[in-house]
Amino acid sequence: MSKVKKLLFSQKVAPFVFVLPFVLSLLIFWAYPLISGVIMSFQDINFGNRTFVGLDHYQKLFKDKFFITAVLNSVEYMFLTLVLMIPIPLLLAVLMESRLTKAKGVWKVIMYIPALTSVVISGMLFRMMFSEADGSQMNQLLAFFNQAPIAWLKTKWTAWIALLLLCMWRWTGVNMLYFVSGLKAIDTSLYESADIDGATAWQKFRYVTLPLIKPTTIYVITISVYAGLAMFLESFMLWNGNSSPKNIGLTIVGYLYKRGIEKNDLGYACAVGMVLMVIALIINIVQLVATGTFKKEES
Amino acid sequence: MAANTASPKTMESNHKVASVVATGIFVILCIFIAFPLVAGLLASFRPGRELVQNGLAINWDFSTMTLDNYKYLFGVGGGNSKVDSAKYFMWYKNSLVLTILTVILTLLVCYFVAYGLTMYKFRLQGFLFFMVIATMCVPFEILMLPLYQEVTTLGLIDKMAGVILPGLCGASTIFFFRQYMQSLPKELLDAARIDGCTEYGISVRIMMPITKPAFASMAILCAMGSWNNMLWPLLVFRDTSKFTLQIGLNTLLTPYGNNYDLLIAGSMFGIIPILLIYLIFQRYLIDGMTAGAVKG
Repeated sequence: MSKVKKLLFSQKVAPFVFVLPFVLSLLIFWAYPLISGVIMSFQDINFGNRTFVGLDHYQKLFKDKFFITAVLNSVEYMFLTLVLMIPIPLLLAVLMESRLTKAKGVWKVIMYIPALTSVVISGMLFRMMFSEADGSQMNQLLAFFNQAPIAWLKTKWTAWIALLLLCMWRWTGVNMLYFVSGLKAIDTSLYESADIDGATAWQKFRYVTLPLIKPTTIYVITISVYAGLAMFLESFMLWNGNSSPKNIGLTIVGYLYKRGIEKNDLGYACAVGMVLMVIALIINIVQLVATGTFKKEES
Repeated sequence: MAANTASPKTMESNHKVASVVATGIFVILCIFIAFPLVAGLLASFRPGRELVQNGLAINWDFSTMTLDNYKYLFGVGGGNSKVDSAKYFMWYKNSLVLTILTVILTLLVCYFVAYGLTMYKFRLQGFLFFMVIATMCVPFEILMLPLYQEVTTLGLIDKMAGVILPGLCGASTIFFFRQYMQSLPKELLDAARIDGCTEYGISVRIMMPITKPAFASMAILCAMGSWNNMLWPLLVFRDTSKFTLQIGLNTLLTPYGNNYDLLIAGSMFGIIPILLIYLIFQRYLIDGMTAGAVKG
């Protein structure tokens, strides 16, 4: 008994005891569902009865016009959020860290607050702001410019203004803070020597800030790619449920939820999930190659 | 030459103008950011039927403002107030319990895992750390359905364990603890060993106190995530009495709009716990949030 105890307390065994919960969790709640997800995507599942159907689901998927709409919507949303949520927060962070801005702490605290609200609450607030009622916020704004009120959430481009503003509202502050912490890690003497060389503000930004903040930029891009592709609840809340007019708010995960949970067609839904994973991996690898992350590791 | 160099006086006034512009940009931005929440807060003092009819808008007519929604929320209004209030605070309590349990368990487990991964050299160490990163690279939504089946098979539906267990070893939390611990001196461990402290004793009595700041920042992020979590609890909790606040509020969003009194007051009241934690600990939060961003 004491021998076992001694072994358990030895420096050789202790690390394995420490990491044991992770290994268990990895096997039970990650590897198992991942593998069974792959298997299920080749099966038809009806109330526990599983039949192997091979690539049937995948073949059907590429002809499924709802799925194609969902993929296009998700990819479009991801690109638009990248366009909006990388440059703007970066510029705000540079401005925030410049000597020009006063009372920095106050703005940082306020700008983070939207991220504290849940999707349910923020989604409800935006739904109400973009309501088709004459008196809603956005229709009041239109009335101010002598325009007739419109049903914001019923046409794609006006609805997507709401969707993208919701995203910007919640995450601009967070992304800005990521960039702020990246900027803080840059050695100030580099800017001083740039000053001595007579560099303009733009040159300093282009040749000092941008290259040195790259790790942060890559991090923010990576999380934005995943968050954008996997977006679901924002659309779920904005349209009060998983269906939007003409599927303008249908996303990949929304479709996975619809087939898997609402229609109980788990096999097909798992195939949807696998396609999502492949898309996410491809975009991330392209992004990492384009930004030269792999090169850095080689040298 | 002289024409090109601005005099110190104009430079100073230029700097002042630029400073006003820069600060002004943030003032305007913060007004936009505050707007939905302020409008929501004001709307919570108006009859819900106004919200359904008019949507969210700033209304300068303050005569219709009442405390009715909050009276209803706290069970002293008319109609179904008592029943609805009991329901709401049951969800509130569920969310609180779930959040507290999640934070405590996740932090402890992730701390020890990170400790094992950082403080020792052993076989598989590199592989295991690679797996921590790998789990971050698979969106949860992909695992959701198989995991849902698994949790059903394990009999964890409607149980808090069903929500907490799958997320217990949060990769980003482990990652952050590891980043933090790497900067700590390992000589402390050897000194403690010489003093006769066991491996487990060192991790609890020597290292844990030094890691306190990391605990603080992870606690806030974890609490926020848990309080606002929606998708996974929505699948695990079926019974109305088990619902968390977010799922409960979601059920109030009916197309008939007959619950908006409760919905708007309940939503505003539901932000309070997380807002309080944030305002008290926001200094730690920023450290925690940006842990992964600097080193990449």
